[in-house]
Amino acid sequence: MKHYSAFAVAREALRSHTGWERAWRSPEPKKRYDVIIVGAGGHGLATAYYLGKNYGIQNVAIIEKGWLGGGNTGRNTTIIRSNYLQDPSAAIYEKSRSLYEHLSQDLNYNLMFSPRGVIMLAQTHHEVRGYQRTAHANALQGVPTEWIGPQRVKELVPIINLEGPRYPVLGGLWQERGGTARHDAVAWGYARACSAMGMDIIQKCEVTGVRQENGRVTGVDTTKGAIECEKLGIVVAGHSGQLAEMAGFRLPLEAVALQALVSEPIKPCMDVVVMANTVHGYMSQSDKGEMVIGGGTDGFNNYTQRGSFHHIEETVRALVETFPMISRLKMLRQWGGIVDMTGDRSPILSKTPLGNCFINGGWGTGGFKAIPGSGWGMAQLMATGHSPLTEAFSLDRFKEGRFIDESVAAGVAH
Amino acid sequence: MLILHCPCCGVDAEETELHAGGEAHIKRFGPGSDDDQFHDYLFMRENPKGVHFERWQHANGCGKWFHAARCTATLEVFGTYRAQTTEPPKDIRDAITAKRPGWVWREFS
Ligand SMILES: Cc1cc2nc3c(=O)[nH]c(=O)nc-3n(C[C@H](O)[C@H](O)[C@H](O)COP(=O)(O)OP(=O)(O)OC[C@H]3O[C@@H](n4cnc5c(N)ncnc54)[C@H](O)[C@@H]3O)c2cc1C
Ligand SMILES: [Zn+2]
Repeated sequence: MKHYSAFAVAREALRSHTGWERAWRSPEPKKRYDVIIVGAGGHGLATAYYLGKNYGIQNVAIIEKGWLGGGNTGRNTTIIRSNYLQDPSAAIYEKSRSLYEHLSQDLNYNLMFSPRGVIMLAQTHHEVRGYQRTAHANALQGVPTEWIGPQRVKELVPIINLEGPRYPVLGGLWQERGGTARHDAVAWGYARACSAMGMDIIQKCEVTGVRQENGRVTGVDTTKGAIECEKLGIVVAGHSGQLAEMAGFRLPLEAVALQALVSEPIKPCMDVVVMANTVHGYMSQSDKGEMVIGGGTDGFNNYTQRGSFHHIEETVRALVETFPMISRLKMLRQWGGIVDMTGDRSPILSKTPLGNCFINGGWGTGGFKAIPGSGWGMAQLMATGHSPLTEAFSLDRFKEGRFIDESVAAGVAH
Repeated sequence: MLILHCPCCGVDAEETELHAGGEAHIKRFGPGSDDDQFHDYLFMRENPKGVHFERWQHANGCGKWFHAARCTATLEVFGTYRAQTTEPPKDIRDAITAKRPGWVWREFS
């Protein structure tokens, strides 16, 4: 792999950019791998990367039915934050956020990580108390966040209307080191680094079955034939239930559609991320100038990557009250992703009833921010059988009543 | 736009009138059941990519609950039926079989 640098850009400029090589190889599958990861989204690729980097396990294939980063990783609104209430969530999301800080350097790939700050608006008295409580919890967890009043919100977000008649802005939970990153680049950066370690990323190859013997996984069936493996990681977000069925167990989650949309590009007007959970809307401005807007999930089971128009309308209607100037904007594109929602709205990173088969899913509506930390913990779990980062997120927590009741991945908040 | 026929009041209701209520025909387990049964009742949904039986409320209409059979992969609706039943009626099951031969759903496919 050739190193990307300012020097490389200058060198290529002098020879008409003829020297760039492909960022990753596209090999045919081998007969056998030590580890197979199903799903080349951010979480699958990050798991593979840290298996190689932290544990020296590099005979790895990442199998993807579409194209890498084409699932939710390439469809999300890229909000990164770690201001969660429960300790296990704070631990994995803060690990993730802190990895994002230096990930561009680590991967030698510009992820455009922008720690511009995230405000979660409090628009009811209930939310005021809730966020003050979270700010205290974050202080104990060592995650820097701050409760701020309406005037400080106005300073940070001049386009906001504090006196919305229905939902006045009463303050907010402010995380200065939260922000956004380029979602595609996160998938591409990890993919390039995995490929450079000799791992095989096999695209346009669907896993159609899981092979097992004596209660242990032995390989997968795919549209490119059977492939053997020692260990299997299922990291397929909305399709977790399908893969679990192939492996012979069930998962406590359901698939629903979550949508997002972007406006026409306008001049810079908002340089932080604002989330308004009461009205189910959140917004940031991309580097191109588009306002990136997301809302809540649709209420019904859905695998079509297509959402309902009226949910978009609800989101925009609510945001117009808080940001009156966006009422004049034209919306350019709208899209949906299939998110996997668990009963307690927290993810599952776990061993499974099938030996040597692991699952990483249930990130629902909020897993982009968690990609580096989840990959880190998942690699540790798969390599050593245990990870302090993932321990609390095991599959048996539902039976044991150890919920991580966070609304982490709730229908609204990212 | 999803449109469901409300079997209670006879209106073809569009999505904004309806409230989704999740999987239908869930068998309830309470005190006295074992841990696995209680766990499955609370958390394990069928979540199929295909035929799904579900509950809907005609919230901004007659206010009553009913059931629908729908495909989660295509959003096609096979039919709706009243809520006072523990399994989908025969005409609904036949309508599904006509379009999705070999469909499965717990004990009554
Ligand atoms: C509209 C929207 C907005 C969001 N906004 C945010 C946000 O602001 N912040 C945030 O933190 N999170 C957000 N999320 C959530 C976030 O996108 C996801 O949690 C995260 O991207 C999940 O990553 P993943 O790698 O697990 O899944 P994915 O990126 O979906 O990757 C899974 C891959 O598995 C593949 N696959 C599935 N079945 C098979 C098979 N049988 N064989 C082979 N491959 C298979 C799929 O093709 C897919 O590429 C949002 C999601 C959506 C949809
Ligand atoms: Zn009705």
